[in-house]
Amino acid sequence: MARYDRAITVFSPDGHLFQVEYALEAVRKGNAAVGVRGTDVVVLGVEKKSTAKLQDARSVRKIVSLDDHIALVCAGLKADARVLVNRARIECQSHRLTVEDPVTVEYITRYIAGLQQKYTQSGGVRPFGLSTLIVGFDPYTGVPSLYQTDPSGAFSAWKANATGRNSNSMREFLEKNYKETSGQETVKLAIRALLEVVESGGKNIEIAVMTKEHGLRQLEEAEIDAIVAEIEAEKAAAEAAKKAPPKET
Amino acid sequence: MGIRAILSSHLPNGQFGRHSLCLAAVGREIMKLDTSGLESAASLFGASSELFDGFATAPSFELPVTNDFDGFQKEAIQMVKPAKGTTTLAFIFKEGVMVAADSRASMGGYISSQSVKKIIEINPYMLGTMAGGAADCQFWHRNLGIKCRLHELANKRRISVTGASKLLANILYSYRGMGLSVGTMIAGWDETGPGLYYVDSEGGRLKGTRFSVGSGSPYAYGVLDSGYRYDLSIEEAAELARRAIYHATFRDGASGGVASVYYVGPNGWKKLSGDDVGELHYKYYPVMPSTVEQEMVEVSGA
Repeated sequence: MARYDRAITVFSPDGHLFQVEYALEAVRKGNAAVGVRGTDVVVLGVEKKSTAKLQDARSVRKIVSLDDHIALVCAGLKADARVLVNRARIECQSHRLTVEDPVTVEYITRYIAGLQQKYTQSGGVRPFGLSTLIVGFDPYTGVPSLYQTDPSGAFSAWKANATGRNSNSMREFLEKNYKETSGQETVKLAIRALLEVVESGGKNIEIAVMTKEHGLRQLEEAEIDAIVAEIEAEKAAAEAAKKAPPKET
Repeated sequence: MGIRAILSSHLPNGQFGRHSLCLAAVGREIMKLDTSGLESAASLFGASSELFDGFATAPSFELPVTNDFDGFQKEAIQMVKPAKGTTTLAFIFKEGVMVAADSRASMGGYISSQSVKKIIEINPYMLGTMAGGAADCQFWHRNLGIKCRLHELANKRRISVTGASKLLANILYSYRGMGLSVGTMIAGWDETGPGLYYVDSEGGRLKGTRFSVGSGSPYAYGVLDSGYRYDLSIEEAAELARRAIYHATFRDGASGGVASVYYVGPNGWKKLSGDDVGELHYKYYPVMPSTVEQEMVEVSGA
């Protein structure tokens, strides 16, 4: 019988865990995903690679809910994502059972990150090849949160973040253009960030908005198209204003 | 985690024999160091299904060979189970929770102590009462205090009374049938206001506004239920609690000593009073000098 306790993730002489770094490479090849926190909503967006003609688009949902008040999007290996999401969903219910309280976003993020870390320090397993963006509302205080985890098991809270393909450009865009927003403005900001790296159009983007009252709502293609059109119009107006010399008063 | 999480966060151990059938997905824990923070990788790999990995690491012990195992078990439990000779009560009212208890410990007919602390301070905002086995109550309340503190540190917010009572109830349930004797009330104040739960060693857990536990509880209930109003003031509620304990100690031989009264409010608990029930008796029923009807007269001897 082969023994499976030999660790695969081991340190290199200069202190790197190469398996974890390779996992991050896998993440960098995954779909672009973005998350933005507003004052009363949190928005998740993800790039939808064009579905094959015969593929049923509805079975390829990328933004999933972990509980009524928590949602998650990930970039990287989709099969790993399924395993992680299932474990997180069980933990959400288990928490409700043992303390009669829904999980906080921080708790479930800590759990998922803990799980990802465990697989970097155990024998015979490889790290999960995905980074997640987790959003939700605190069940008591109602405060919205956005967290990110990565294959090493580190996690932190963000006002806005991006992961997956071209995440650096999206993050740069967000850093330049982020401000406290609410409602539709937050959605627009998320879409604008995505549009930096994705071809424009409702059929290439998946957006979900979470509010405290209504939980997670996936936007329809038509809605996304409408907002994209608004954004393009605003961009055009801004370009025109820049070209025309400012009027003297 | 799965179903295992329902019971506790300890490493589960399977108990073989007659129990394994009905407790297929449920682990029993043996009292050991709490190693829940150090889950081993072995369980990670070997488990084909997360739910059953408890069996891989379970130690076992031999069961006694008898004709009537059920009867034997019942006898063993009866022998170990001390009678819950005590009176404790707690109730929720407008200002918070009032908790009161006597202080007598009895071993059969022998009063072993008149000064037992039956109200256990789990943490500055939660109290537990003791009825049943003193050691069991003290130990498990202390253990609960540890768990509550760890929860606070991990989650940066206090645990709710609901959560704390659930943690205790799950632990007691996993020891069900092993002879623990605990009949406790968890009283506290959390984000949602005052909370009161009754938890016992059978694994039962009830939410309520008025509870009394122990051999003196019927007497205490009589006084408590007839005098209870939601809008009592703190002094009135304390006096009600005190009187209820006094009346129980008056009629129940296994209750006595000192009637302690604690109040749990938004800023935590505070001990209000601890009165000897003998003195309370004379306070409620002072001795009235009465006129002498017949007096014995000394007869001078002849």
